Amino acid sequence: MTIQQPKVDTSPAVSDEVHKTTCYMCACRCGINVHLKDGKVSYIEGNRDHPVNQGVLCAKGSAGIMQHLSPSRLRAPLKRVGPRGSGQFEEISWDEALEIATDWLAPLRRNHPERLAFFTGRDQSQSFTSFWAQNFGTPNYAAHGGFCSVNMAAAGIYTMGGAFWEFGQPDWDRAKLFMLFGVAEDHDSNPIKIGLGKLKERGARVIGVNPIRSGYNAVADDWVGITPGTDGLFILALVHELMKAGRVDLDYLSRWTNAPCLVNSDPSSPEHGLLLRDGDGKTLVIDRVTGKLTPFDQKGVRPDLSATYDKDGITHRPVFHLMAERYLDPQYAPEAVADRCGVSASIIRAIAAELARVAFDDAFELDQPWTDFRGEQHDTMIGRPVAMHAMRGISAHANGFQTCRALHMLQILLGTVEAPGGFRFKPPYPKPPEAHPKPHCKVRPDSPLDGPHLGFVHGPDDLALNADGTPARIDKAFSWNNPMSAHGLMHMVISNAHAGDPYKIDTLFLYMANMAWNSSMNTGAVGDMLTDKDENGDYKIPRIIYADAYSSEMVAFADLILPDTTYLERHDCISLLDRPICEADAAADAIRWPVVEPDRDVRGFQSVLVDLGARLFLPGFINEDGSAKYRDYADYMIHHERKPGIGPLAGWRGADGSGGPMSAGRGAPNPEQIDRYIENGGFFIHHIPDEAQYMKPWNAAYQDWAVDLGLYDSPQPYLFNLYVEPLRRFQLAAEGHGERQPPEHLRTRIRAQMDPLPIWYPSTAPDPDYPINALTQRPMAMYHSWGSQNAWLRQIHGRNPLYLPSNLMQDHGFKDGDWARVTSPHGEIVVPVAEMAALNPNTVWTWNAIGKRKGAWALDDDAPETTKGFLLNHLIHELLPPKGDGLRWSNSDPITGQAAWFDLKVRIEKAATPAEAQPTFPPLGSPVPKGSARATPKGAS
Amino acid sequence: MHPAKSVILFTTLSGLGFGMLFWLGLGRPDVSGWVAFVFFALAFALACGGLMASTFHLGHPERAWKAFTQWRSSWLSREAWAAVLALVVMGLYATAVIFMDQRIAWLGVLGSALSLVTVFTTSMIYTQLKTVPRWNHWLTPPHFLAYALAGGALMAGQVTWAIALLALAAAIQIALWRLGDEALSASGTTLATATGLGPAPRAFEPPHTGSNYLTREMVFVVGRKHAAKLRVIAAILAFGVPILALALPFSHLLAAIAVLSHLTGVLVARWLFFAQAEHVVGLYYGKRAA
Amino acid sequence: MTTLPETTERKLGLVIDLDTCVGCHACVIACKGWNDQGYGAPLSDQDPYGAAPSGTFLNRVHSYEVQPETGPAQLVHFPKSCLHCDDAPCVTVCPTGASYKRVEDGIVLVNESDCIGCGLCAWACPYGAREMDAAEGVMKKCTLCVDRIYNNNLPVEDREPACVRTCPAGARHFGDLADPDSDVSKLVADRGGMDLMPEQGTAPVNKYLPPRPKDQIEDQVDILAPLLAPVAEDPKGFLGWLDRTLEKF
Ligand SMILES: Nc1nc2c(c(=O)[nH]1)N[C@H]1C(S)=C(S)[C@@H](COP(=O)(O)OP(=O)(O)OC[C@H]3O[C@@H](n4cnc5c(=O)[nH]c(N)nc54)[C@H](O)[C@@H]3O)O[C@H]1N2
Ligand SMILES: Nc1nc2c(c(=O)[nH]1)N[C@H]1C(S)=C(S)[C@@H](COP(=O)(O)OP(=O)(O)OC[C@H]3O[C@@H](n4cnc5c(=O)[nH]c(N)nc54)[C@H](O)[C@@H]3O)O[C@H]1N2
Ligand code: SF4
Ligand code: SF4
Ligand code: SF4
Ligand code: SF4
Ligand code: SF4
Ligand SMILES: [Mo]
Repeated sequence: MTIQQPKVDTSPAVSDEVHKTTCYMCACRCGINVHLKDGKVSYIEGNRDHPVNQGVLCAKGSAGIMQHLSPSRLRAPLKRVGPRGSGQFEEISWDEALEIATDWLAPLRRNHPERLAFFTGRDQSQSFTSFWAQNFGTPNYAAHGGFCSVNMAAAGIYTMGGAFWEFGQPDWDRAKLFMLFGVAEDHDSNPIKIGLGKLKERGARVIGVNPIRSGYNAVADDWVGITPGTDGLFILALVHELMKAGRVDLDYLSRWTNAPCLVNSDPSSPEHGLLLRDGDGKTLVIDRVTGKLTPFDQKGVRPDLSATYDKDGITHRPVFHLMAERYLDPQYAPEAVADRCGVSASIIRAIAAELARVAFDDAFELDQPWTDFRGEQHDTMIGRPVAMHAMRGISAHANGFQTCRALHMLQILLGTVEAPGGFRFKPPYPKPPEAHPKPHCKVRPDSPLDGPHLGFVHGPDDLALNADGTPARIDKAFSWNNPMSAHGLMHMVISNAHAGDPYKIDTLFLYMANMAWNSSMNTGAVGDMLTDKDENGDYKIPRIIYADAYSSEMVAFADLILPDTTYLERHDCISLLDRPICEADAAADAIRWPVVEPDRDVRGFQSVLVDLGARLFLPGFINEDGSAKYRDYADYMIHHERKPGIGPLAGWRGADGSGGPMSAGRGAPNPEQIDRYIENGGFFIHHIPDEAQYMKPWNAAYQDWAVDLGLYDSPQPYLFNLYVEPLRRFQLAAEGHGERQPPEHLRTRIRAQMDPLPIWYPSTAPDPDYPINALTQRPMAMYHSWGSQNAWLRQIHGRNPLYLPSNLMQDHGFKDGDWARVTSPHGEIVVPVAEMAALNPNTVWTWNAIGKRKGAWALDDDAPETTKGFLLNHLIHELLPPKGDGLRWSNSDPITGQAAWFDLKVRIEKAATPAEAQPTFPPLGSPVPKGSARATPKGAS
Repeated sequence: MHPAKSVILFTTLSGLGFGMLFWLGLGRPDVSGWVAFVFFALAFALACGGLMASTFHLGHPERAWKAFTQWRSSWLSREAWAAVLALVVMGLYATAVIFMDQRIAWLGVLGSALSLVTVFTTSMIYTQLKTVPRWNHWLTPPHFLAYALAGGALMAGQVTWAIALLALAAAIQIALWRLGDEALSASGTTLATATGLGPAPRAFEPPHTGSNYLTREMVFVVGRKHAAKLRVIAAILAFGVPILALALPFSHLLAAIAVLSHLTGVLVARWLFFAQAEHVVGLYYGKRAA
Repeated sequence: MTTLPETTERKLGLVIDLDTCVGCHACVIACKGWNDQGYGAPLSDQDPYGAAPSGTFLNRVHSYEVQPETGPAQLVHFPKSCLHCDDAPCVTVCPTGASYKRVEDGIVLVNESDCIGCGLCAWACPYGAREMDAAEGVMKKCTLCVDRIYNNNLPVEDREPACVRTCPAGARHFGDLADPDSDVSKLVADRGGMDLMPEQGTAPVNKYLPPRPKDQIEDQVDILAPLLAPVAEDPKGFLGWLDRTLEKF
């Protein structure tokens, strides 16, 4: 039978033009091909040449078109006309908006720069925004890292000079065993998925450690449904087993870590616990070849892991001795931790054995000669194919810093960090903690701050304290409360500013952070703080300026709105000075550029800051004659130099734009630099030579390459810090040594928790009234609050149930769709429940940030996000329940200040079905019309 | 399935209409002139009204003519042909009866047969769907035919036939209800075969939190108790009342009651026919009738 | 045409790896994005910013929990689009001939200009692979990206379905399942690729690779545990071992 079928045009034209830029539906920064038809965005796909995503794109990335066309886009600068929180605004011109901002800020800078608090959220231009804030002179600047994952970052940098995500990645191509701790999605979202795909293809084993078995953990070969907050204990049990069996990489430990470094072991010495150093401050080791004391980095030195050293009657013992003493203790035996972790001793033992098997029995050698920093030549690189990755599941607990440290210690004991098959840094990492700046907080009217705001402290002397010992910063970062708060504490800003503790501020300037909703703890009260007035009827936080691109919840609480463009309409710079797009085998950076022009009266926020900087005569933003130094952000990206020859973009430098080899990293500004980026697909990549690919902290070839590129000015080889001496310096202070002394109420805590070797302590005090752990997870198809304005994505996640494990469903007689009252020490919510079997039996969870406040995001007031969606944030408080000592104890890691989102404990009971999820709030006014006024999502606004 | 009004009306009305035409084609009742006109008009109105209603649920009714093209494979296309042929033949036949007072018997018999074929093709549209085990049963065509013949007999005043056929239709209906309740589980299609994931997977998150065409159209769940009640109502109205009314001495009022009751009952039964049709796709969405 | 070709020259289709799919919905949105501007009418959305947002999608990702006899429950993400069945009931029921299976490659398509939107094909499909577009009134379904896979305007490496191109985990594979030597056929053979609802007799071309066995590590403890034979029971013994071992370096 012949069949007649219609002729299909199988080769239709795809689009008129393709513009290549960088995605910003999340901070993973994948390369995208934006297709245009008739000048309008018609389709977005991944850029195959791009180092981050290699062509693939996640759901959010493909849905970018709907975010770009969102009805919730702000349309012009706004001045508040109704009461704060009402959402009543008047559209004003940019001139007026910038004049208002200048009028507010100029007097502050002249007299009290610290009265400006400038905090930025999810942006990727922190090197630029911090430069602006530093020039302004306020100490009160930070980005969102403090509520995000500073535990992970700080533990990584202090321990091994780099951390996960943008600072490093598993060796996806060579790992045979991969352990994933506490990750639902992460920012490296496409690379992790690509990597998991590679592991699966090779049949490598994936172990997921997570109370919840969804997403990545669902595809894991083995699932460890751990009890939240106990990973540290679990990891230390693995360490216990490995050490007991002698299954640790002694050669690696002796050469590349401070395990052989010598610790003052005399409890009566004021230097007790500090490392023995020479006059140049270099740590000392005993050389096994000569038996002599020597700086760690001398040519040919083979540090001895076991030798002790007596000096002036004080015994100095190698770090490794202290580790043996601590971790061989039976308190870390699998049987001793199993119940608390909710993981059986036999599973712990099996995992330890599998780690040992793969690291040592499956070890391999790469035929790649290299030379280490001591000048020793190695014929091969030893591969230990065990890789790990972790994120907020271990980070967002009040014991997160030490847990992350424990994880790094485990990797280092196995000799897998920077070994082929293990965990690899991405440029500009590795970088020793000492190579980072220290925090600066010295305020002088009418002048810039004395240095960068954020950094890494090495002892009490580096804290950001006033002469009287009070915190210098509004968020109390780098104070005794949380000395190593390397990213600041954004989650404390509103609460502290409202309380005037440690002092009052005048203007709160926020950028790209939905602080009135999903990024706040205690969300309802934050709204009250933002609208609260003093006895004179003035707002307690007098002025709020906010830069957002969309009609988010936070917009309603600001006095002045500086509307940003969408990510397809502006220049952005994803810079090596900041958080670049590097991969383990290459340095790379990228740009965004206006692939379409805005159809509204909006401006790229960075360009607005450039303008504002000039209007305020900030030194970095004006020429000598007082005129504006940069036309806009694009101009800054090209012409700004941090150091001579080093600027925001590393590619195609050099005034002639020659593009020669020396144009990578260092070189004079090239006026055509952005054009070169655009021609190259929006990014620049510079590969690491083969011999420098692994063992980077110690690899002379890598160090030289990094200096050439401008990552460092001189080679910076260093040892991994199994023993983190700066922690010990704080303990010493708490023990009464030194000038700067902690307040009495913090002494015990600092001594107990700032242990220089990883420890575990419970992340919350057990409370029988609140026995159940409550967690959130990021949905892969949603980015925080942004996704709900997206016509496609909100169909996937339009509301969020609270998932209960089968046992809790049964105990409470719940069926899917029933409603539960969930109570924490701080409040209650009433929400729908659903069953999940693959869940830790004592844990409930929901998707993060799906719940929305009525009125925001151009959604209808009866949108499911507002009627059935909910936030757990109402149950989480930025402060712990009062301990009766009159002090405000923050719900943070005591070392870094990381917000402890996942320490939430609740109780649950059945509730009558309410009309809407509780609590409810009155609708916010909105500066944009409702999206439902449109015919189609693509319809004109 | 979501019981769409148009489809319920279509199957109910056109079933009755073609059922009536069947009897008229056989010359029962043997009427002529104005009386014949009224009978035929009613039958055509029902049959055509039903067909019209069926086009309401089309996305593109203006292209409905294209449905004639696939008679070789599609029961829907065959139904279109059968309906048109039946209507044309019966139209010619009716014209002769009404206006020429001539009963062309062979034409009538042909029309009757085509009317039955039409009802049969309609039934086959549902019967052929393996995806709806409740419908995918040899009793479904007899069920449609019995309904049409019984309803037609009732409308055509064929009391004896009507009583017998109503009883038969009732029996088939009850059998089909009972068999239908087991059909999905008897079909062998389960979430396990749908996913290949071991003996007893459990649906976790649906692909979207909102509804979609499939969930609205095919994943419609009627409560068990509610359905049981409706079945009793349908049986009483469609069969019980009419049989009783016909068994009593004839009166126009009783006849009218019998017809109206039957019509309402059939509508309820058809609502159930569609509402209780469990499409196997519901398995993917973790749904099946309660 | 409504009758099915007896055989097709090739059987193009997808192989979906349930062991690898992380449930990210990337394929869902890439499909929506491509098909919103490609073959046929755009995929509409109703009430996109309101109380009941709902739209046409050609590919959706379900998820299921599985409780094995021993060990913890498992979760499987389960993408589903048209399986381009060999014995496609959706084609034979179609009264207009709008639904057809292509002879050259087996792709099942809807010719939208012939479709009357009767919905019967969606009813005939056991998999829920067809959705009527509420704005256009025509039946939409996965086209296997027929406007990509042969498209001369696309670079050769891009001539694959949008969902396959975008899948970050590499859980989606595209190829000719009639060719036993194709990569997809080999995958199916190696990994025990399976049909969905085989009893429906649709003979789907798309295949699913089942999840690999999970949570085996505890069973391996007997083999693994000897790897952890202690070198010492206490710190002192450990340091002794350490000295001995370092000697040998
Ligand atoms: N319960 C719970 N709460 C949490 C977490 C949790 O795990 N559980 N996680 C916490 C963590 S880690 C984080 S990082 C925070 C994130 O929380 P937020 O930092 O508040 O993140 P978003 O919701 O993405 O909001 C950022 C704002 O940026 C705006 N925006 C989007 N695109 C642009 C743009 O192009 N320009 C400008 N100017 N603005 C734009 C959005 O409209 C939105 O108002 O949430 C925290 N909150
Ligand atoms: N699609 C998407 N991607 C995102 C974001 C987004 O909103 N959407 N947000 C971005 C941001 S700001 C961040 S910070 C990253 C965060 O990325 P992730 O770290 O993946 O953050 P979460 O989704 O909060 O996942 C935390 C995971 O930890 C688990 N967990 C909680 N407590 C414990 C514990 O005690 N132990 C263990 N082992 N696990 C635990 C939870 O079950 C959950 O799976 O994601 C980024 N990427
Ligand atoms: S992970 Fe997704 S949203 Fe994030 S940058 Fe990449 S494509 Fe965009
Ligand atoms: S894109 Fe790939 S991993 Fe993501 S849901 Fe689809 S098939 Fe699964
Ligand atoms: S999956 Fe459904 S729509 Fe696709 S060919 Fe098979 S029966 Fe037809
Ligand atoms: S909806 Fe269109 S394609 Fe489907 S059966 Fe009807 S006419 Fe054919
Ligand atoms: S092959 Fe094309 S049409 Fe089919 S699901 Fe994939 S992207 Fe959608
Ligand atoms: Mo974050």
